[in-house]
Amino acid sequence: MTETSHRPSGDPAAVPSPSANEPYLVVDELTVRFPTADGLVQAVTDLSYTLEQGKTLGIVGESGSGKSVSSMAIMGLHDYKRTRMSGSIRVGGQEVVGLSSEKMRTIRGGDVAMIFQDPLTSLHPFYSVGSQIAEAYTAHNKASKSQARAKAIEMLDRVGIPQPKSRVDDYPHQFSGGMRQRAMIAMALVNDPKLLIADEPTTALDVTVQAQILDLLQELQRDFNSAIIIITHDLGVVAEMADDVLVMYGGRAVEKGPTREILTHPEMPYTWGLLSSVPDVSADTDARLIPIPGNPPSLLDPPTGCPFHPRCAHRSKVPGDLCRTELPELVTGNRPGHTKRCHLANPDSIYEAEVLPEIAPDLVEVVAEDATPAETGTGLFGPDDEAADGGSVAPENR
Amino acid sequence: MFGYILRRLISGVLVLLVVSVAVFALFFYGPADPAIAYCPETRCTPQRLDNIRTSLGLDRPAAEQYGEYMKGIVAGNDFQAGAITIKCPAPCLGVSFKLRVNVTDYLMERFPATLSIAVGGAVLFLLIGVSSGIYAARRRGTLADRAIVGASLVIFAVPYYLFALLAYLLLISQWGIFPESGYFPLFTDGPVAWAKGLLLAWLVIGLTSATQYARFSRGSMIESLNEDYVRTARSKGLSERRVTMRHALRAAVVPVVTIFGLEFATLLAGTVFTERIFDIQGIGLTALNAINTRDLPVISATVLIAAAFIVIANLFVDIIYSVIDPRVRLT
Repeated sequence: MTETSHRPSGDPAAVPSPSANEPYLVVDELTVRFPTADGLVQAVTDLSYTLEQGKTLGIVGESGSGKSVSSMAIMGLHDYKRTRMSGSIRVGGQEVVGLSSEKMRTIRGGDVAMIFQDPLTSLHPFYSVGSQIAEAYTAHNKASKSQARAKAIEMLDRVGIPQPKSRVDDYPHQFSGGMRQRAMIAMALVNDPKLLIADEPTTALDVTVQAQILDLLQELQRDFNSAIIIITHDLGVVAEMADDVLVMYGGRAVEKGPTREILTHPEMPYTWGLLSSVPDVSADTDARLIPIPGNPPSLLDPPTGCPFHPRCAHRSKVPGDLCRTELPELVTGNRPGHTKRCHLANPDSIYEAEVLPEIAPDLVEVVAEDATPAETGTGLFGPDDEAADGGSVAPENR
Repeated sequence: MFGYILRRLISGVLVLLVVSVAVFALFFYGPADPAIAYCPETRCTPQRLDNIRTSLGLDRPAAEQYGEYMKGIVAGNDFQAGAITIKCPAPCLGVSFKLRVNVTDYLMERFPATLSIAVGGAVLFLLIGVSSGIYAARRRGTLADRAIVGASLVIFAVPYYLFALLAYLLLISQWGIFPESGYFPLFTDGPVAWAKGLLLAWLVIGLTSATQYARFSRGSMIESLNEDYVRTARSKGLSERRVTMRHALRAAVVPVVTIFGLEFATLLAGTVFTERIFDIQGIGLTALNAINTRDLPVISATVLIAAAFIVIANLFVDIIYSVIDPRVRLT
């Protein structure tokens, strides 16, 4: 911690790079299973991704897709007695899977910190906000009570809580929703983490506060050069925040690549479904959202072949019964750096012909006129940015 | 806070007034005539019965007697019993029919025994109950957890009087593993004699009540261990011990405080079975004897004291809530 504690703000060059040549976070063939009375829950299967310092990865998927479970594995927050984990997670070169709980504790809240979805239930109702932040500080630093308190005030000020000197003694119920999430962020950042995992950080907040919290996270990322994993089902959040996107379905990565690439040229029908279910605030008020048909797959007994095939409208376009019988590999599609898990041979033309007209009919004409297919994508970029992240409703929240 | 306590105390006094009226009413309009209890069965004439009623003051209207009783509590009262005057300063709870002594003094004499049983028992059941509850919650589903839950159910299922009686008969009378029970005042006979006489009574109360607290605190501990804020505490990198004791337990004790307050008040009001079986002259045994001899002043005094303890315990529980949980404001 010592080399990071006096990081000059806004100067990423002063941050030491990870010792090895590999990225700060490497998740390699991570598999997480929970044995239960009903059977083995296959929460995460063969998940691999990497994340560099200063970059943001958005993990998108519905409830039960494994996005939170895989991130909690990085923190070592699963009860090891009730969890079977295999594969590898390396944080700054340190293998985390199978690490003793004592060693894990020094990483947790120190180099890796986490922000949770609902700040009201995630903060302890019986302790003041300041003492909860101070506790996170003293857990990793030798500090007196007054030093820790001063640090808590400093952090509250840093995340934009007005009058931090008096608010430090307030209890969570005396804070507004947005302030509580700021306090959570202050608590997560108190030890200058190199990796911040934000698990749906804006889901419980109203839209204006959402935008403020996302701005705050971006600002703090610039100052501290942390890597951020943002878990969300809100594609607007991803469009604003993430450098890369990982789409998860049924515990597996189904599409992965740079954000702009994924949002403008999605190649996997599940991602199309996610894009279709984002409401367009500029559209006709009578326009209906297009939900993904069916329910998320059972993790106890996942579908054979491609996990998405029972809900996939395009599986008839794949020859034979391939979708049902064979799990597609995560392979590079039509563009480099963009991988997908799908048997469809020509996803681009299907997307342009069938999906795009449904999502954004007005864009199709533009595409037809100036022949730059789908460059404007789904309206998640450009002037519509604010509207999209503000107004979008996640598939599972409807 | 102060205004709140004052209001609660005033409403508590009202509760006690209602209780005292109810006790009087039960006594006067109930089927048992106290005078008959003091009239020798073989030589009881109506004349003699009337004399007894007059000497006990039972011939006057009930309202008048109640008024005098209340006056005694507030201002004190002197009683004429034949040639002697029994002084009874406030708070005067009357004079015992049977023993012709000041009830207040009489009960105060017996209260230390009851208090000793209550405090010792409460310390044991809290220690045994809450700690085994936490232990079981943290090892939910394991053999240890099942053993604790199973054992507590078995003990809980045995009627208390049977458990206490068997403990006395086997452990003291039969095998002599424990010293002979009884109450020896702490300050005159010393702590060793005091503790020896009460030891088995404490253990019996401790063990039987601990079953409740074990299951109760296990349940609320499991609940709070699953709270989001406990996950947050873990994610900060706190030690498992700190997560359990500081974060989960603080929330889990709230419901335990409720039942503890009421149970402790009940213990202070006298433990009839315990005192009877272990031959300890406390409030419970006194109440039992008073009921058998229809000694109205003693009965109403013990009932009033019991009610007062419940009222005070409730107030304490609410104050403790506001200390534990900053969201609770006493207004």
